[in-house]
Amino acid sequence: MIEGVGVTEFLVVSTIMFFIGIYGFVVRKNLITILMSVELILNSVNINFVVFNKYLYPDLLQGYMISLFVIGIAAAEAAVAIAIILNVYRNLQGIDIEHINTMKH
Amino acid sequence: MQIDFSYVIWIPAVLLVSFLVVGLFGNKLKPMLSGAIATLAILLGMVLSYTAAFQYFLGRGLVDGTYQTFIPQNWEWLSFYDTLVIKLGVMIDPISIMMLVVVTTISSMVHIYSFGYMKGEQGFERFYAYLSLFSFSMIGLVIATNIFQMYIFWELVGVSSFLLIGFYYTKPSAVAASKKAFIVTRFADFGFLVGILVLSYYTKTFDFQELMSPDNAAITNMTGISFMGMSVLSWALLLIFMGGAGKSAMFPLHIWLPDAMEGPTPVSALIHAATMVVAGVYLVARLFGLYVLHAPDALAVVAGVGAFTSLFAALIAVTQTDIKRVLAFSTMSQIGYMMLALGVSGYVGAEGLGFTASMFHLFTHAMFKALLFLGAGAVIHAVHSNEMGDMGGLRKYLPITHITFLIAALAISGIPPFAGFFSKDEILAAAYESNQLYFWTEWAVAGLTAFYMFRLYFNIFWGNKREYEHKPHEAPFSMSFALIFLAIMTSIVGFIPFSHYVAPSLIPFETHFHWNIAIPSVAIGVFGIVVAAILYIKPKSTADKIANAMPGLYKLSLRKFYIDEIYVWVTHSIIFNSIARPIAWFDKKVVDGSMDGMAWVTNKVSDKTKGLQSGQLQQYAFVMIAGVVGLALFILYWSNR
Repeated sequence: MIEGVGVTEFLVVSTIMFFIGIYGFVVRKNLITILMSVELILNSVNINFVVFNKYLYPDLLQGYMISLFVIGIAAAEAAVAIAIILNVYRNLQGIDIEHINTMKH
Repeated sequence: MQIDFSYVIWIPAVLLVSFLVVGLFGNKLKPMLSGAIATLAILLGMVLSYTAAFQYFLGRGLVDGTYQTFIPQNWEWLSFYDTLVIKLGVMIDPISIMMLVVVTTISSMVHIYSFGYMKGEQGFERFYAYLSLFSFSMIGLVIATNIFQMYIFWELVGVSSFLLIGFYYTKPSAVAASKKAFIVTRFADFGFLVGILVLSYYTKTFDFQELMSPDNAAITNMTGISFMGMSVLSWALLLIFMGGAGKSAMFPLHIWLPDAMEGPTPVSALIHAATMVVAGVYLVARLFGLYVLHAPDALAVVAGVGAFTSLFAALIAVTQTDIKRVLAFSTMSQIGYMMLALGVSGYVGAEGLGFTASMFHLFTHAMFKALLFLGAGAVIHAVHSNEMGDMGGLRKYLPITHITFLIAALAISGIPPFAGFFSKDEILAAAYESNQLYFWTEWAVAGLTAFYMFRLYFNIFWGNKREYEHKPHEAPFSMSFALIFLAIMTSIVGFIPFSHYVAPSLIPFETHFHWNIAIPSVAIGVFGIVVAAILYIKPKSTADKIANAMPGLYKLSLRKFYIDEIYVWVTHSIIFNSIARPIAWFDKKVVDGSMDGMAWVTNKVSDKTKGLQSGQLQQYAFVMIAGVVGLALFILYWSNR
């Protein structure tokens, strides 16, 4: 428990991170940056898990465990996503998301 | 002890089998064999009918002075619920037995005759299949136990008539005639159906016996309900009579009958002279108890229509030149007589003379009119033309046809001792006792009848002797056999004491001979014949001079009083323009339009919305997130209210 710092401050930080992530996801055109935004969203969620665990159930470990899972899955997701991005680059000669709309047909 | 009439069902059964066999396998059989199957079937029917007639009339049909009604079979055919059951069965009473005899006799003769007449025609076996179908349906009609069975077979005879009129289906005029006959009679049958529905709605039964039973409360009830100035029962019976008038070619539903002569001549003899066209008379006779006891106003309409049609048709027949059309109009005129006789008849005892006379005339008319048509067929067979102008002097070439045709012409003109004299005498007597106007009308029509029949006779067999390219030859044996048989019938059936057998109340009565009526009616018949003889026996121009002296009248009659033109005008300019066109507009613009409009709207909406699927991932994400945020704000707002 950190002195003088309440749950609100943590939640404000996590919310700011979450919406930065959302903003980046919606606005950025580069697939790599979008992937980075997704990581930001995931990490803001991780903060929530850890903070709620710490403040509400200090003697339990579920929140920490879930955040570890999220980190693991995020790593795997990053690997898969980068593989996809590489293939997209090979096929479409670019990773600008505006040009990746062939799936609508 | 009851007599067992259950064998009567074999008459229609055998004919149905014959129709199926000849109709389905006729093209694999030899034409002659198909004809032989159908002919054997109808001959068997004739034997059974005669047996039934002898058993009924000379055996035990009469119990305690009243003719009994037998119902050997009455099967449930359609059972909807307790009060709505449609049955099929056999009903034996004097008029159904009489009709059985008429139908099977004429039909047998026509079957035999057609061996000669139709020989070598394309579709010989098809012709016999249709004849079997017709005979089957007609017999089903006459033995009907209930009005719905009658309606079913009524439509079946209509179909067979349609098929046979259009037998030469490669000839446009025959196709048009068959269509006309079907549509006009169908239109009339619509009235018949509505009449049946009204009648059975109130009485809850189709059965003739239940309808006729004197203590039927529903019928008395119906006479009490008034609708537009007449009782509901009168309306129902008038609508039923409309069906009868259509089938029997009564004015103004007669226009199909002259055109129906496009069919082969034996068909005209069977269907359009002797049997099917009198179905309307039979229908009124079948329901006669209702008409006479409960709806005298409807019966008065029957009489009026009958009298008018007989005069009207006789006036047209005077100027026609197609020999079959003369006979067709003469048929209409004679059926008018029968309707009139029904219309002026009473119910009890000797007052039922009109009914008896009508049935008697139906019987004799079937014989002599079939004979006339078959004779005309033999003439047409010999000279290959229907037009009077192509004939003349044929008595030397066709002696048998000549004599038999003469007998039939004398019979229809009411000259004793041939059949028509007796029945016409009874009709005139019945009319005389009821209404003098009807009597004098029919008396005049008798003169016209004699005149136009002998105009026909003299023009065919006498008149100018012409040179024929092919020497006309007498009909083959099968044809002359039918002619001779019917000529014998025509000569003897007049002596049947009909009132001993057929009476409206089923109680036979005595008729006496009416000298005061017989003498003027024979006189005018002879007068008509003499006038025809003067005008037509030697080629003279007197007839043309008379025609030229009154061109208006002559043309009016020649063009059949322009009834066909009126129909065309009514259908084209009134029905098509003011009913059919608005309906077509409504169908195209409103019904189709609303469907097309729905399709158009769907199309447009999808056009506009398909832009939403842009393939832009970020757009999707934005919309989704905006939605989530909006939803979250809404829930917050909602829960804090």
